[in-house]
Amino acid sequence: MADARGQKRRAGLRLWLPALWLGALVLAALLAPWIAPKDPLAQDLFLGRLPPFWAVGAEPGYYLGTDSLGRDVLSRILHGARIALVVALVAGTLTCLIGASLGLLAGFLRGWTDLVISRLIDIWMAFPPVLFSILLIAVLGPGLDSIIIAIVVIDWTRFARVVRAEAMAQGAMDYVASAQVAGRGRISTMLVEILPNVLPTIVVLLTLEMGIAVIVEAILSFVNLSISTDDPTWGGMIAEGRTSIHQAWWVIVFPLITLFLTVLSFSQLGEGLKDRFDPVLR
Amino acid sequence: MPDLYQISDLQLSLPDRTRKPLLGPSPRIEILKGLSFNVAKGEVLGVVGGSGSGKSTLGRAMVRLAEPTGGSIHFDGQDISHLSEAALRPLRGRFQMIFQDPMSSLNPRHRVGQLIAAPLQVQGVEGAQTRAMEALDQVGLPADFARRYPQELSGGQRQRVGIARAIALRPDFILADEIVSGLDMSSQAQVLNLLAGLVRDLGLTLAFISHDLSVVRRLCNRVIVLHQGVIVENAPTDQVFAAPQAAYTRALLDAIPLPDPDQVWV
Amino acid sequence: MSYLRITDLSVQLGHGPRLLRGVSLSVEVGQVHALVGESGAGKSMIGKAVLGILPRAARVVAGSIELDGVDLLQLPPAERRRRIGAHCALIPQDPLTALNPSRRIGGQITDRLVDILGWTRARANARALEILSEVQIEAPERVLRCYPHELSGGMRQRVLIASAFAAEPKLIVADEPTTALDVTVQKQILTLIAQLQARHGTAILFVTHDLGVVSKVSSALSVLYGGLVVEQGAMRDFFAGPRHAYARALLAATPSYTNPDAGLFPVPEAVRELVRGEVTASDRRWDYA
Repeated sequence: MADARGQKRRAGLRLWLPALWLGALVLAALLAPWIAPKDPLAQDLFLGRLPPFWAVGAEPGYYLGTDSLGRDVLSRILHGARIALVVALVAGTLTCLIGASLGLLAGFLRGWTDLVISRLIDIWMAFPPVLFSILLIAVLGPGLDSIIIAIVVIDWTRFARVVRAEAMAQGAMDYVASAQVAGRGRISTMLVEILPNVLPTIVVLLTLEMGIAVIVEAILSFVNLSISTDDPTWGGMIAEGRTSIHQAWWVIVFPLITLFLTVLSFSQLGEGLKDRFDPVLR
Repeated sequence: MPDLYQISDLQLSLPDRTRKPLLGPSPRIEILKGLSFNVAKGEVLGVVGGSGSGKSTLGRAMVRLAEPTGGSIHFDGQDISHLSEAALRPLRGRFQMIFQDPMSSLNPRHRVGQLIAAPLQVQGVEGAQTRAMEALDQVGLPADFARRYPQELSGGQRQRVGIARAIALRPDFILADEIVSGLDMSSQAQVLNLLAGLVRDLGLTLAFISHDLSVVRRLCNRVIVLHQGVIVENAPTDQVFAAPQAAYTRALLDAIPLPDPDQVWV
Repeated sequence: MSYLRITDLSVQLGHGPRLLRGVSLSVEVGQVHALVGESGAGKSMIGKAVLGILPRAARVVAGSIELDGVDLLQLPPAERRRRIGAHCALIPQDPLTALNPSRRIGGQITDRLVDILGWTRARANARALEILSEVQIEAPERVLRCYPHELSGGMRQRVLIASAFAAEPKLIVADEPTTALDVTVQKQILTLIAQLQARHGTAILFVTHDLGVVSKVSSALSVLYGGLVVEQGAMRDFFAGPRHAYARALLAATPSYTNPDAGLFPVPEAVRELVRGEVTASDRRWDYA
């Protein structure tokens, strides 16, 4: 059973490595004011574009260097984690709740419920998402709430579509007929029989969505539509770093790596959770 | 014996979506073309036919998973042909079904214990857990199986869980839809013997749907042979085997491969 | 002479239990050898080992599979695949999943002839028409242009049989080809396989759990339990009186409508105990060697 064991170990790494990174990130976000070596907003033009600690010309205390205004990159990344994680958790969860509920209702109840929800999805998906989000933020005004609302409004269809198809497939199984023979009501059947079978898919989608939310927030910061420019965000850092990429690569590379690892961790966490806790796969 | 089921001129048709015209409703395919028969209390009825004969649709109509489009089904004197789901709910505990494919009919995310107890809880039976364990014991599965998931069981064991779930409610009637067709010979014999024992001990009325006449012989008192939505034979089991009346019944019997090299085909 | 000779074949799942425990059997030219057993007995595994389509985690750990005197397991993989492709074919169990739903029937029959045997398209098409009429399909030209969903289950199984016989293989592995079918259709399909087999002199390895089917199609059989051959011999000898207790029990489980008192007896636990003991003994010898 060497193969089976190998698979299990891989599944374990898939769960624990992302969990470790995300756990560290949550801690960093919570403790940012205390563990950040510098004030993320403090500018010092004499200390502009300091390289990271191992390079020639590094200043002690500025581990990952500084940007062109002399702000500490590490401290800004740590503070940026707060906004990234709030967006990921709140926007991801809300999108999931709304999208998955509508998808489940449409896929299981069928009939006119499905007709209404499906048409809504079709119409929704015909809007170009980037334009849609920029428009939304223009109307709502910049800010954390607006970003979260924009993500939820745009991305709920992602859940609704997949969950609807999955619920439809499960609805055709005999265990649903069996519940009907037992006299279970429609809504009860949906929650007790169908939902547990769709849940692994929802979990994977949810973690994926959290990663996507982080990216969307970064993109919106990048195009300067996010929070007030004072608060450090990863997207904002990447946008600012772009202008000095030839003189100070570290300003853009470190937030990019953090963003990359975070998004990757979210998607792998979902797969890992599914491998670990799904009784059908175990 | 009074009749538990009285079925008269039962018709069922479904829309054929593959031949739906661009506008207007789909044409309908007639699956059941006016079936009439009764099932006496305590009787074990075999329903036999090939694929497309309508035997499974008939079964689904009897437990009202499907609604007839014509004729009537009386269960214990009450017309259940067009009852709503809400009106059916109190009756649901009285007729139960065992499904063909236990892999699909047992929710893979529920443990065996929950699977058997669920119908009891839905029907508001007191002491659902105790009754579920009792049923597990009646089908000859050890108590620790209650903690397992269906995919951890063999085909024969899964089908026994299906039986346990059906008898746990102590119904008057059980419909068994092709429940041994996916099993190998020994498990098939085991499940059939178990069912025969339960029918005897619990005084059940049973309809046993199968495409194979040979498994019906020992279990059933009477056999209905369906062909293309019509009953072509309805007789006591011994008579069906000794002197089949319909040509289709004879063809069904001839097609059964006997474990005997001297039976020659062609 | 034997066309297929399997000697002492053991297949193992990773480092776990053996799925086949020293299986030996031979199939003569023009003979049908049935592999019988309950689910999990390893009967399909033998056919898969011969065709080189074992599941990923399973591997042959001992023994030889000689096809026409050449040990397949000693050949380099490419040469082995070529030899199997040229001389063997499979009739699969499930006609629903064995045909590609998005391709027409014609291409699915002729591809093998063109790609592996190097026939011209025209010759392959002519052969496809010929073989479809041989499996008693009316209007074969029309069926060649059909998609699988346009055919009934029995028709699809006919197409798969036609496809298996199209290249005139010397050996066919039939993996429970009628389990998914009705008795009446099963009879037609079994008769058809028997006719084609007799006409072409094909050797067939016929996997089934139904001893009734065995008595209709085969000339010899092996009864398996836990990957171990517990009884092997000529078909008529077997039905005259199985020697092994497990084989007798399997026969007693097979229903027989002409005799209501025979058949449908489950295999007794004592017999299972006995045959499980033989499996353990075989493993002990294996571990010792």
